[in-house]
Amino acid sequence: MTPRSSSDLTHIVTAFGEKPNFKIGDEVRVADRSPIGHYRVPRYLRRKHGRIEAVIEPAFVDNEEEGFGRNAGSRRHYYRVAFQMTELWPGYDGSPKDGLRIEVFETWLERVCP
Amino acid sequence: MTHADHETEHHAHDHQHAEVSEPQQPSYYDMLETAIRELLIERKYFGADEIRRQIEVLDSRTPALGAKVVARAWVDPGFRKRLLANGRTACEQDFGISFYDDTELIVLENTDKVHNLIVCTLCSCYPRPVLGLPPDWYKLKPYRARAVSEPRKVLAEFGTIIPDDVEVRVSDSTAVVRYLVLPKRPEGTENFTEDELAGLVTRDTMIGVVEPKLEIRSAEG
Repeated sequence: MTPRSSSDLTHIVTAFGEKPNFKIGDEVRVADRSPIGHYRVPRYLRRKHGRIEAVIEPAFVDNEEEGFGRNAGSRRHYYRVAFQMTELWPGYDGSPKDGLRIEVFETWLERVCP
Repeated sequence: MTHADHETEHHAHDHQHAEVSEPQQPSYYDMLETAIRELLIERKYFGADEIRRQIEVLDSRTPALGAKVVARAWVDPGFRKRLLANGRTACEQDFGISFYDDTELIVLENTDKVHNLIVCTLCSCYPRPVLGLPPDWYKLKPYRARAVSEPRKVLAEFGTIIPDDVEVRVSDSTAVVRYLVLPKRPEGTENFTEDELAGLVTRDTMIGVVEPKLEIRSAEG
């Protein structure tokens, strides 16, 4: 076993959810779930593919849990996610350049592997 | 009483005004709100004065605040940079605008390539700390549904035609972020003071449904 250098002793381990899971440019898919009760992801986004445009700091309590008075330990990041209008609406009547931006909580995003 | 009599007697108040009243039954939600409010006060979660104070907080926020922020961004490149980097801290530090609802503010800059529009499809999220209460149409389902699915048609109904080579970018506000559109400074305003510029910035320009104009054109032209 090799001796640890002093830098190893100061290596900080972060808790799950403390650091953002996604970074700018990551391709994501919005989960296809239909929870009963309070949710913050509009239905038109389910299963749609987008790209992380920004990580919104700081980490926030999950609004969907907070709606029921549960907020301990549910702090994670929101992301500003970019979608093409043509991805959201088949037959979109407008310029193919048009897009949508929305903030989505981490628990709703799935990684899309290229 | 003749019309002329009415005019001369107007301030004497010898005539009957219609009674100011609410003849209809309160709706289900009006009654629900009243019941919950009274219960919360009764149980001492908060007092009636705190509700009144919160109404004063909301009343103190109007589009005139947002207009000042926009005009400052047009004349002060340093402020503009900070505003685009973090809308909330720039408004707090330079204007003392507090974010009492603990929301973040992203300021969306309109350019020759991008036109921004804001909406809240789920409810009525709106940059209240800087603009006050939203207009009624912003809260109604036709705008909320159509702004995300056919934004160019919605814009056209407000008289705003965006060329096809310009991206229409809709920001849907759902949870912790509020948006404010930083419109393009109109041409021909090079000699305007900051106050004069603020006078061109209306509520609707900061929602993104129209662009600031020097003059409103009538149908004739």
